[in-house]
Amino acid sequence: MTTLAAVRGSSRAQLILGLLTGICFGFLLQKGGATDYGVIEGQLLLTDFTVLKLMLSAVIVGMLLFHLLKHFGCVKPHAAEGSLGANVIGGLIFGAGFALLGYCPGTVAGAAGTGAIDAIVGMCGMLIGAGLFAEWYPSLAARVLERGRFPAVTVPELLRMNPWGVILVLEAFMIGFLLVLEHLGL
Amino acid sequence: MARWSPYIAGAGIGILTCLAFLLSDRPLGCSTAFVKARGLIGRAINADKTGTMAYYREIVPQVDWAFMIIPGIIAGACISAVLSGTFRVIVVPQLWDSAFGNNPVIRLGVALAGGILLGLGARWAGGCTSGHGISGSIQLSLASMITAACFFAGGIAVAMLLYHGIGGW
Repeated sequence: MTTLAAVRGSSRAQLILGLLTGICFGFLLQKGGATDYGVIEGQLLLTDFTVLKLMLSAVIVGMLLFHLLKHFGCVKPHAAEGSLGANVIGGLIFGAGFALLGYCPGTVAGAAGTGAIDAIVGMCGMLIGAGLFAEWYPSLAARVLERGRFPAVTVPELLRMNPWGVILVLEAFMIGFLLVLEHLGL
Repeated sequence: MARWSPYIAGAGIGILTCLAFLLSDRPLGCSTAFVKARGLIGRAINADKTGTMAYYREIVPQVDWAFMIIPGIIAGACISAVLSGTFRVIVVPQLWDSAFGNNPVIRLGVALAGGILLGLGARWAGGCTSGHGISGSIQLSLASMITAACFFAGGIAVAMLLYHGIGGW
């Protein structure tokens, strides 16, 4: 564990790890088809389910692996409290941008790497949007972001259930959903 | 192979997300990088103003893990596209063309507007499709699952309106 602490604490190691993680992520997104406008917009138009298949398989594998690592004390949870004012309003604004641009913040960078000029313009838009949020942050934080706090941080806390029980139910649901998609030929 | 099964690529992303938790003690997210980059640009233009802005005290504009993820993604996707021979410079995607024609000014204008909303919404919600949708859901975060549902609810509604309402699909 001391090596792990040293890696986590070294800003140079983290700089390189950030770049390497990005390279692997971009590679997998491109290979999975998620850097293609037609694939992402097709998901929002419900004609192409590649994005959902990609995301759900990431969550199916990651949920089990994360909780195993957590069980052995290797990772810490980072889940934060949320609210209607921050997560629902922000999520819907994001959704509108997602549909107009046809990429999300990670896949837009991937698409730019595959030669999509509209993605490069979208990234410039994102810089403007992030700047607007920074500008408005003090008044949004005071008036909107804290509105309607969610009652719990995690789903097991909300349902007062054992986390492994929730994991079992969600894993079964996600795998079942993917099987239905395949069965329907989507 | 130009394309892998989305299940294989997705499983790889799940493992990569856990590696970020393990080695960097943080979720794999992409939208923080845009705040950091915007802050660095702001500081170059007007250092006094950027220094006083509260949001840049929370998300410090500096080149670190959260910043490097974006140049990494650009490079990784580029390597993958070049290796599979699918690198193409395009301005108007085929699907867009099928509904709205090939005028690049219209496509780029809508992409810019979409990017602004995406950057604003991602910071408003505190994360993106990977930060909330994957890293957050993996941790069973209630807020992340609700946020991811809102990304898709808003996205599906606006995409349907755009293609079926305006585009005459």
